[in-house]
Amino acid sequence: MLGFIIRRSLTIIPTLLGVSIVVFLLLSITPGDPAELLLGERATVESLEAMREYLGLNEPLHVQYGLFLKRLIKFDLGETIWTRQKVIVEIKERFPATIELSLAALFLACLFGVTLGIVSASRQYSIFDYLSMVGSLIGVSMPVFWLGLMLMLVFSLHLGWFPVSGRIGVNTELEVITNFYVLDAIITRNWKAFWDVLQHLALPAVALSTIPMAIIARMTRSSMLEVLRQDYIKTARAKGLSETKVVLKHALRNSLIPVITVIGLQFGILLGGAILTEHVFSWPGVGKWIYEGVVKRDYMVIQGGTMLVATVFVVVNTLVDILYAVINPRISVK
Amino acid sequence: MPRRMLVFTLVLCMAFVFGGCAKKEEAPKQETPMATSADGPKEGGTIVFGRGGDSVGLDPAYETDGNSFMVCDNVYEQLVAYKDETTDVEPGLAKSWVIAEDGKTYTFQLREGVKFHDGTPFNANAVVFSIGRMMKDRNLKFFGDGFDVPPQERPPEYWVSMEMDDTVDSIEATGEYTVVFNLKRVEAPFIANVGMDFASIISPTAFLKDPKAYVRNPVGTGPFKFVKWVADDSITLEKFADYWDKSNGGPYLDKVVFRAIPENSVRFLELKVGNIDICQFPNPADIDMARKDENIKLVEQPGMNVGYLGFNHTKALWQNIHLRRAVAHAINRQAIVDNIYQGMGQLAKNGIPPTMWGYNDDVPGYAYDVELAKKELAEAGYPEGKGLPEIKLWSMPVPRPYNPEGLKVGIAMIGDLAKIGIMANVTSYDWGTYLKRQREQPEDMDLFQLGWTGDNGDPDNFLAVLFDGLASPAIRTQYKSERYHELMLMGKTTIDQAKRAQIYKEAQQVMFDDVAVLTVAHSTVIWPMRNNVMNFKLHPTASVRMKNVWKN
Repeated sequence: MLGFIIRRSLTIIPTLLGVSIVVFLLLSITPGDPAELLLGERATVESLEAMREYLGLNEPLHVQYGLFLKRLIKFDLGETIWTRQKVIVEIKERFPATIELSLAALFLACLFGVTLGIVSASRQYSIFDYLSMVGSLIGVSMPVFWLGLMLMLVFSLHLGWFPVSGRIGVNTELEVITNFYVLDAIITRNWKAFWDVLQHLALPAVALSTIPMAIIARMTRSSMLEVLRQDYIKTARAKGLSETKVVLKHALRNSLIPVITVIGLQFGILLGGAILTEHVFSWPGVGKWIYEGVVKRDYMVIQGGTMLVATVFVVVNTLVDILYAVINPRISVK
Repeated sequence: MPRRMLVFTLVLCMAFVFGGCAKKEEAPKQETPMATSADGPKEGGTIVFGRGGDSVGLDPAYETDGNSFMVCDNVYEQLVAYKDETTDVEPGLAKSWVIAEDGKTYTFQLREGVKFHDGTPFNANAVVFSIGRMMKDRNLKFFGDGFDVPPQERPPEYWVSMEMDDTVDSIEATGEYTVVFNLKRVEAPFIANVGMDFASIISPTAFLKDPKAYVRNPVGTGPFKFVKWVADDSITLEKFADYWDKSNGGPYLDKVVFRAIPENSVRFLELKVGNIDICQFPNPADIDMARKDENIKLVEQPGMNVGYLGFNHTKALWQNIHLRRAVAHAINRQAIVDNIYQGMGQLAKNGIPPTMWGYNDDVPGYAYDVELAKKELAEAGYPEGKGLPEIKLWSMPVPRPYNPEGLKVGIAMIGDLAKIGIMANVTSYDWGTYLKRQREQPEDMDLFQLGWTGDNGDPDNFLAVLFDGLASPAIRTQYKSERYHELMLMGKTTIDQAKRAQIYKEAQQVMFDDVAVLTVAHSTVIWPMRNNVMNFKLHPTASVRMKNVWKN
């Protein structure tokens, strides 16, 4: 088992190296001169030249990549082109916001996804089953952008239940300690801020959760249906157990194994999905930051952001694999 | 069954959402003029300003974007200031100045008793430090002890592009409150230039404490001091109690918050809900909604900008003036302003906006006249377009203040050109590539869209930097005319403004006669805001000033 864990963990390194090369090459073949973008219509030849020199764009490609890699090993992602801040500092400022949002969305997705899946499977072909599967189909295909705006129109403008955008109200004071606002509010026992933060979190979390929720619901349903056909379920039923007990006690545990994998995958995807959600809801996380980095062709932001998302994705997947092996030891033998 | 359910659900959603919208529509309301409260200004309160993006940094010497400058405008001041609604210059941190006979020595007399937000007294050394740190050759003299000026972090963009290294020779503090600028050459726009954001005066002690971190911890003499910056979210400023200029009664507000809300429609929603007080750059469609909302009023100001269609003058084809004239008369620019600018702009006949001094209203402008255009085309040697290769018109991929939708403008233009027999197609690149390739004036570019937003209200800042191709190979239009170049040089070296106005008027006539470019529009800036925001004015330089604003 330990051997498996070590081997599995070591695969992270070549994966990330591959990601770094792909990102670097993609950026270098994409047209668009950051110096021109930075200075706009007004740029003179002299100021452009000075800017390119400053940004190191005059160096040959392999030298630029080498420098990037050298810094990467030291966990230094360089400075952004636009704000001149350390990329690592910028990520640190924004990452908690993204994690907070992603966890909230994941929580909603699991809670409702698994519940929907169980109920649908146990009442296959019922009206509820149809409704929830149609609902999850809509959930998968709904553009986050549109959904976000609709949520705002209904729940903010018309009903006034939730704030429109942002992470905390302008007039709400909160002492920032961990930069996870929910946590900070609890630590400082600032219940007014706690409530305010939760309200701000609600709509973007809902918007972000729809796709994973739908996927988890469908996965749970089909996995559950498969398990329900197994002999031991028939046995359990034959023993005279109540249907609820059969479903929740005997079937659920086994059907959740593939669902865990999906949930793990979804967490990585959530980080990517956060890019659009954060943009729509003006959520100050890494997603919005990467989005703007792409628009402004800020190489350092794109590189740093992609490396971050890739790392999280790969690490979470590795953890899921390991967890999987722990739950089901047959896996590690392969 | 599932499909029917889907349709049903969708219809339900739509009905809910749009039904809700329809309810809110009320009778159109008259635009409220700048209302002044009967009770006069009120002290206190917070204004939340909603904008499209976060500031890049707050060190004025190095910033290039509007989102940074609008915060700087409230934190810093310069030696001279632009008046509230024009670019006329008035005393700022300098109470007066004297220009020597030869036009090369400027002596500024500074205000006494002014303090920076960190308590550092404002004096001549602060000026030498703030401006001097941008110089390549640090030809500086402090009064008394002075400061060590640290090496530059990166090229200070505005300083470089305003050619200040070629203009300023040395800066000397000759007394506690006297600063002398010695210039290398006569530069008439110099006074206007030192009113620009890049020439803001910063606290030397605050900067020297940590030069690297200063960009996130600005300290100036302005009406508001910097408090807090939550990256990508908000910047908070607070009233500076010791502010020197109480002549207008301001600053009234306790706090000003700049919030970054990238989506235009979301930003407007925040205004409707009342979470922000002013909404920058709304969608044109939202302007109509704003007019119908009784809690919202509009403020507007003709922008100090020009959007134009350029000719590739380096190509032999476009040296044919009749062809240029044919294009100029064929394109229905009024229709473009009405439909694509959605009325948020006015037709441009000159390279400078009409609000600027030196504007030549006698220039007739090119009439939209299809017959005349056809005649010119025939005279150019291409009757009905015969023998003319297909024309490539470059369209801008991004909205800019002077051109809201480049692609639509381009398509309208090629449609008009087709009417006289000129076959053209529209090409576009991403913005960085567009700017880069445009500069190279390639063969596959015949016509291109670009424009300019002015910095300091001086005609030189438009006419010379945009259109004088003989001055530099980097001028994007590459329009070359001996007479025009001569006029630009005269304009730079004449100090008397009335004489300069005459020179620039002639230059506009020369441009018109030569069909140097086809100017399209000067856009109008319209921002919605809550009814209780008082005395907020838009400035032609797009600076956002909160000093004399109050909230009812």
